[in-house]
Amino acid sequence: MKQAEELPRRVETVDEAVKRYRIPSSRSFWQKTVNYRTALLYLLPSLLLFGVFMFYPMFYSLYLSFFFTDAQGDPTTFVGFENYAYLWESASFRRSVLVTIIFVLLTVPASVILALFLALLANEKLRGIGWYRTIFASTLGMSVAASAVIWLFMFHPTTGVLNAALQALQLPAVSWLQDSTMALISISITTIWMNTGFSFLILLGGLQNIDEHLYESARIDGAGYFYQLRRITVPMLSPTLFFIITITFINAFQSFGQVDILTGGGPAEATNLIIYSIYREAFIYYQFGPASAMAIVLFAAVLLLTLLQFKFGERKVHYQ
Amino acid sequence: MRKSLLYTLLTISALVMFFPILYAFSVSFMTSEDIANRQIVPTNPTLANYYDVLQSVPILHYLMNSFIVASTATLGMLIVSSLAAFIFAFIPFRGRQAVFLLFISTLLIPWEATMIPNFLTIQSLGWMNNYLALTVPFFALAFGTFLLRQHFKTVPMELYEASRVEGLSHFQFFYKVVVPYAKTSFVTLGIFGFLTTWNMYLWPLLVTTNDTVRTVQIGLRRLQADEVATNWGLVMAGVILVIVPTLILLAAGQKQLQKGLTKGAVK
Repeated sequence: MKQAEELPRRVETVDEAVKRYRIPSSRSFWQKTVNYRTALLYLLPSLLLFGVFMFYPMFYSLYLSFFFTDAQGDPTTFVGFENYAYLWESASFRRSVLVTIIFVLLTVPASVILALFLALLANEKLRGIGWYRTIFASTLGMSVAASAVIWLFMFHPTTGVLNAALQALQLPAVSWLQDSTMALISISITTIWMNTGFSFLILLGGLQNIDEHLYESARIDGAGYFYQLRRITVPMLSPTLFFIITITFINAFQSFGQVDILTGGGPAEATNLIIYSIYREAFIYYQFGPASAMAIVLFAAVLLLTLLQFKFGERKVHYQ
Repeated sequence: MRKSLLYTLLTISALVMFFPILYAFSVSFMTSEDIANRQIVPTNPTLANYYDVLQSVPILHYLMNSFIVASTATLGMLIVSSLAAFIFAFIPFRGRQAVFLLFISTLLIPWEATMIPNFLTIQSLGWMNNYLALTVPFFALAFGTFLLRQHFKTVPMELYEASRVEGLSHFQFFYKVVVPYAKTSFVTLGIFGFLTTWNMYLWPLLVTTNDTVRTVQIGLRRLQADEVATNWGLVMAGVILVIVPTLILLAAGQKQLQKGLTKGAVK
């Protein structure tokens, strides 16, 4: 018997040692998962709403884009890529894409430059500057419907104030909304005006965050206004500028109200921006299949542009 | 010299930018003769347009609908976003980063790309011509969640620890400590939410087919379509009634909005 006890003991593994020495946890499984349960509870409303009104419809749009539907929007026949082929063939859709691209090019640079100009002016420390700031920001409070109705009146061929001003200057009257080239420009002017308030406010905030000392030392070195603008303001403001450019871009793609009120997509589809054509296809002609295909194309375009902007824009942005 | 140049530029810009609003205001007090003569300022100011617009369309009813919709949507937005932001700022769990990315990904989905299925969903829920359709889909907001999370993260960790020692529950910590601490961000998001929902256009156009819950923006569209040929003064009176509430809100909250939004946008 004694001999047996002296036999070398089997070496204990680490796992076994851990098990032997561990003090039994007083925290039950229920307590250990408290963070998960709290998180689930608090995140549930957001996740549920995103699921129902964002993710599900995104996939359902994709699904619908492969079907013909009845007037209630229920899919009837699977048609594969036929809706996409239809879009590709459709002169009206291609026109709409082209018009949207031109519209984006007309509005985005102009909006950002105008807002930057106003923000630079309003960033000066002057008596009464608060009033100017409020006025420059005011279009943020203007709804698209109200703005478009006001501009509709200003663009009016006979009673409109714009043609009255042209006449006073001995210039010929312009058919702001009746001429197909002019109509897109007129819609762009309205859009730029509407965008300015928000962009101005954000850019002004960005300017005020720039460290005053940078300008002081530049002034001591004898740097002029435009040198400071180019070497301090724009680089320091670049994250804000980048943000504003991205937002303005996405907003331009999503413009609808001004088209609906000012031109109804006309004349001759000259202002038929992409959202307006989706709206028409789906809610006037009840062609939910092709309309969903358009929505998918829009989604892909916005996604691609956003990613491209982040890939190339980020590099040029200077972060503090 | 530099000062007077700046004031000149500022004043010219302000006149140009503000002209459409001032002009609409001025036209709303004009008689139809003034409008036909293309006056800038009414020669014989009258309140008749305001009186007529209240008679011709239920504009007060529309205004009321817009108030209900914008306040409910804003309140819902604040509650839902702040709950999510609280988790992202204070409650770590495995997989939180992935959930956060899921929130970010919603920023890449343009709302218009989903409007057809959303419209069908609203129909099948029986929410057409119902306030629910105009408010509930906008409660969850990735932008709002980020904005609040950024501010929540600045709450000192000591406060969190002290609240645990005191035996406060997560929820008590949330509404007794975090919400008062981040009050300014709630105000920013509140103003932003109210402005955007008050100004919604396409969605109310789709989900309202009669006047019961129709918002003032769609009322304006109707007013414009009915009256444009005949009476611009009346239409402009309608416009002024629609923009006054948001302009006042903006003027009051502009500083707050500028500070708060810049923080959320850049950091």
